[in-house]
Amino acid sequence: MSKAIKISKGLDVRLLGQAKPEVVETAVGEYAIKPKDFVGLTPKMLVEQGDKVKAGTPVFYAKGKERLMFTSPVSGTITAVERGEKRVINAIRIVPDGQNEYEDFSKESLSGMSREQVKEKMLASGVWTVLRQRPYSVIPDPDTTPKYIIVTGFSSAPLAPDYSILLQGERAAMQVGADALRKLTDGKVHVNVHSSISRTDELLKLENVQINTFEGKHPCGNVSVQAEKIDPINKGEKIWYLDAQDLAVIGKLFLEGRYVADKIIALTGEEVSHPQYYKIKRGANISSIIYNNVTSNTLRFISGNVLTGTKIERDGFLSYYDNQITVIREGKERRLFGWLAPGFNRFSVSRTFLSGFMKNCSCNKAYKVDTNLNGGERPLVFTGEFEKVFPMDIYPMQLIKACAIGDIDLMEQLGIYEVDPEDFALCELVDSSKTNIQAIIKQGLDLMRKEMGE
Amino acid sequence: MKWIKNILDNMRPSFEEGGKLYAFHSLFDAMDTFFLTPETTTTSGCHIRDAVDNKRTMFTVVIALIPALLFGMYNIGYQHYLSIGEVHSYCENFWGNFWYGFLQVLPMILVSYIVGLGIECIFAQVRKHEVSEGYFVTGMLIPLICPPDVPLWQLAIAVAFAVIIGKEVFGGTGYNFLNPALVARAFLFFSYPSKMSGDSVWIAEQGDAISGATPLGEMLAGASAPHASMLDMFLGFVPGSVGETSVVAILLGAILLLVTGVASWRIMLSVFAGGAAMGVVFNLIGATPYMQMPFYEHFLIGGFMFGAVFMATDPVTAAQTNIGKYIYGALIGIMAVLIRVVNPAYPEGMMLSILLLNVFAPLIDYYVVEANIKRRTKRAKVLTKNN
Repeated sequence: MSKAIKISKGLDVRLLGQAKPEVVETAVGEYAIKPKDFVGLTPKMLVEQGDKVKAGTPVFYAKGKERLMFTSPVSGTITAVERGEKRVINAIRIVPDGQNEYEDFSKESLSGMSREQVKEKMLASGVWTVLRQRPYSVIPDPDTTPKYIIVTGFSSAPLAPDYSILLQGERAAMQVGADALRKLTDGKVHVNVHSSISRTDELLKLENVQINTFEGKHPCGNVSVQAEKIDPINKGEKIWYLDAQDLAVIGKLFLEGRYVADKIIALTGEEVSHPQYYKIKRGANISSIIYNNVTSNTLRFISGNVLTGTKIERDGFLSYYDNQITVIREGKERRLFGWLAPGFNRFSVSRTFLSGFMKNCSCNKAYKVDTNLNGGERPLVFTGEFEKVFPMDIYPMQLIKACAIGDIDLMEQLGIYEVDPEDFALCELVDSSKTNIQAIIKQGLDLMRKEMGE
Repeated sequence: MKWIKNILDNMRPSFEEGGKLYAFHSLFDAMDTFFLTPETTTTSGCHIRDAVDNKRTMFTVVIALIPALLFGMYNIGYQHYLSIGEVHSYCENFWGNFWYGFLQVLPMILVSYIVGLGIECIFAQVRKHEVSEGYFVTGMLIPLICPPDVPLWQLAIAVAFAVIIGKEVFGGTGYNFLNPALVARAFLFFSYPSKMSGDSVWIAEQGDAISGATPLGEMLAGASAPHASMLDMFLGFVPGSVGETSVVAILLGAILLLVTGVASWRIMLSVFAGGAAMGVVFNLIGATPYMQMPFYEHFLIGGFMFGAVFMATDPVTAAQTNIGKYIYGALIGIMAVLIRVVNPAYPEGMMLSILLLNVFAPLIDYYVVEANIKRRTKRAKVLTKNN
């Protein structure tokens, strides 16, 4: 079963520092689970500093949703429960003991298991948390059933990792994972791949799933865009989604009876000396990965990609759902008459710079970028910028404004249930008024979620 | 370039909160970012941002206005010397014509910018905003749509009215619903009609021997065809507002705006389409000489061209949705020609038709967005029915 879907609008952001196809295994000195990686989550601790844990040992659960268990990715010792303002837990740090012990969740064949038994096993092991739900991008409530489930088998984001490398040798586990997901929905399990990037037999040969082949530019890898094309989300409906690497994590839970938090990530960005892939576990500290591998400039470290990633410190931790680290220069320099210069080398989608004007002639050029805002914040003046990079049947400017004023009726009418802040990343990138659009959408979604009691 | 940064860095402390010159901090800020791009980095969301900002975009519009401005200066001198019988062909007394027009227009630009930016700075100061770039464009547009002889004190009052009532009371650039430049012109038009219309204001220090009527005025008065040749009107060697006469110069600006993508091609195209459609309808009726004027001549006379390229495309006051832009543009074209031909009181329909559609733009968008909302609601309803 295969379906081809074309996305016509969008923008591929080509940057320097694509990871070379080599996978390095590296020893990581510390791991962490950051509750902030999960939308709307308040953790209730189950361990204390100094406790010994195995891979799969519950560390905390979600307040108000006691079945949502978050477990340790590695066997070791809880070294710190870091708290920030108002005693909010920022991170639970775990130092591995090198013994690789696992909690036993028992091997089981899926064929005899009921939906409830599959859920129970995934919840107890913490593997459930790899699932997320649209609307709101929260971890799904186990008492609900999704309309369908999307497995994203590629990323169209800048410098995104190649899934043919991430998924190497995982087909058997992924097949079991897909079979488990089929137990959780009455609809289909959709595996979404791209027509040219990240193509791999590991995904294409999966059985009993719907393979959808997307063609087009970023954000065709975003769940919202894919869901709209498959079957749009209406008010009251829920779909679930997960990354293809996590399909293998689910599979291994049933095949091996344990929580295997291994993943391959890409270290990317023009400030990385040797951009390549690393095999690590979920929540790894990045310092051993970037050690001796980045330039001496003032740098920004991003867990994720430059459009939607989280800013982390040089010794910070990989976020829960990310499989990419990007390192770029902080852009503190001031340019003389920036608004006047012809701009041969500036990254711009607008054709007011010669670079933007010439991009059609040299379309494979990759740009040097930094974190400068490139202007002062202004009211949203120019129109038509967003529509060029926003492929959904939604009016981006109007929805942004509805979120900014917190009008929940209008937000609902304009399609808030179908989107995530990441869908507005390209709008934010090209916006000449320098508004923090993703933050506005997040604020709108948070308000909506509270109103709807999710 | 290092020395500019040093000078600015040395000046900065006295303009910061608590400094002696804090009262002028918005002015300093505007200067500072005029010379050097800000050092602000991204704090949330997307870590990299497009190099374009409002300054760059507004500046592109100002560049696009320069051909019309330079030609306007030349034409003012040319029309003046032509009316007193000192020149007889386009290029005679080239620098003399230009110099005369330059001296005529420069004070207008200075008044427009000094009054307008002064008010903008005060508002920015009080609101603790940065000075918005919007006025760079507006301040250039206002002199270009005024007659060359407009008294400077009237211009100053019009600018103040446009900036305060047309824009700042609504919150400043981006929040106004009427095009501020047209507000200024409408203010002049209705407050000082003797200086804004008729046959005697379009040529600076006009000679007595000649009629100073614009082609537009002639047509309204019932002429069978404009006095000037098609070529004169196309090149712009006719009396009129400073920047509106030359189709060629405006087209150069239009090309820049379209190539850079700063102005909406949807709006521009549909203004011409709407104007042409209305013109054709009148051609078919053909009851008066004005109705019989070939429809394309509407583009050559008066401010149609200038309005379509620089005024209708103002993103703040135009419709914001792509479909809305087509409707908005087409209605401007239709209304402009309608007012010109049918209304006996106002010779120029462009200004009023754009202002009118500025008012209707949010309504047009409302219905366009409503269609999207209906589609979504219907989709959800079908679903509840099936379940």
